[in-house]
Amino acid sequence: MSRVHDMGGRFGDGPVTPEPQGAPVFAEDWHARALAITLACGALGQWNIDTSRHARERLAPLDYTRFSYYEKWLAGLATLLVEKQVLSAKDLASATDGSDGTGADRAAPHPLAARALKAADVAAALAKGGPADRPSDVAVAFAPGDPVRCRRPGGNRLVAGGHTRLPTYAVGARGWIVRVHGTHVLPDSAAHGLGEAPEPLYAVAFAASDLWSAPEHPGDEVVLDLWQSYLEAV
Amino acid sequence: MPHDHADAPHSLLPPDPALRVNALETLLTQKGLIDPAALDEIIDTYQNRIGPANGARVVARAWHDPDFKAALLADADPVLADLGYYGRQGEHMVVVENTPAQHNMVVCTLCSCYPWPLLGIPPGWYKSDAYRARAVREPRRVLAEFGVTLPADTSVRVWDSTAEVRYLVLPMRPEGSEGMSEEQLAALVSRDSMIGTGLAIAPEVAAS
Repeated sequence: MSRVHDMGGRFGDGPVTPEPQGAPVFAEDWHARALAITLACGALGQWNIDTSRHARERLAPLDYTRFSYYEKWLAGLATLLVEKQVLSAKDLASATDGSDGTGADRAAPHPLAARALKAADVAAALAKGGPADRPSDVAVAFAPGDPVRCRRPGGNRLVAGGHTRLPTYAVGARGWIVRVHGTHVLPDSAAHGLGEAPEPLYAVAFAASDLWSAPEHPGDEVVLDLWQSYLEAV
Repeated sequence: MPHDHADAPHSLLPPDPALRVNALETLLTQKGLIDPAALDEIIDTYQNRIGPANGARVVARAWHDPDFKAALLADADPVLADLGYYGRQGEHMVVVENTPAQHNMVVCTLCSCYPWPLLGIPPGWYKSDAYRARAVREPRRVLAEFGVTLPADTSVRVWDSTAEVRYLVLPMRPEGSEGMSEEQLAALVSRDSMIGTGLAIAPEVAAS
């Protein structure tokens, strides 16, 4: 049902270790490179943000757990590059530290090379972003204050084991609408090439006591952003 | 997609992560798919140009200018776009205000969603399993690990960033900051105070 990334509410993790505000943005040089390569490859236009999140989520649990943050990114990127046929498994296998190549294969012009992000276009690409709001003909069903319940079972209803943004800890929980965000791309569909299927998106509040068997404080709440198809009227 | 497999593509790359990145960069560069100069530009942007100072300027202005604050809380996107803070991972912003009655705190339990145009790249702890797992279930214990203790009559509202909406916490303005300029106020706004794992810095602490 769930995947290893869906860890909200999990027990067993140790303390959080704060870091000073002045700490380097990238603890290691390769972290910076990993982030930049991932963003630059995204600019090739062969996948969307939902597809890329899912590529990281479906790493084997053992890999996901042992990998540091940017290792997860790299592993997800390798998956996408091969699955979207940007690179072949053979390409990856031949890529050591750059000293060993496949010669002719590597020298051939790549059909996507014309789309490579240029330094001069980076600022504009980052500033442009990728908004997720879209017009939709799905009617807005809920208003602020309305009670709702997260559907049960959770999970992606279009693709078994597919991408979804309803965390397991909220499945079946009762809450209430606090904001209407408009209509946004549905990740459960977009991650799998099934179209953007935009629908209403809401901020939904839950009492801590409706999520946890031992809430810290009776007045505490958790708010999640949830799509209309994740919710049912109460 | 449902076809999970053990022989993942990443296993074809060198096991050491630094070598792994290097191998991938070399390969992609040779194929003309990435431009190393563009990578340098991306890194320079998030290392030196886009970071928590942006968010601090927004918070300081909100403390200083009631009309700005009202507009920011009502509909942040146009206000932030006017300031040049629209962009990747900040396309849909909501600003949530801390009050004596309610403290807000932001997490992304499913990955590491974070408002890049205002805060830059998230710190390591924000991306850690411990924070992602615990912030929704025991925010007060997590806050204690940051040295923050809230009054018993303050409720905590944790925002789990599960969509493309990004949240910025507007911390409470510290006592003793009356009469300070916007620039002086910005120096009181820590990154953690805008995530909700910290409070604004007291003027006497900032001065010392």
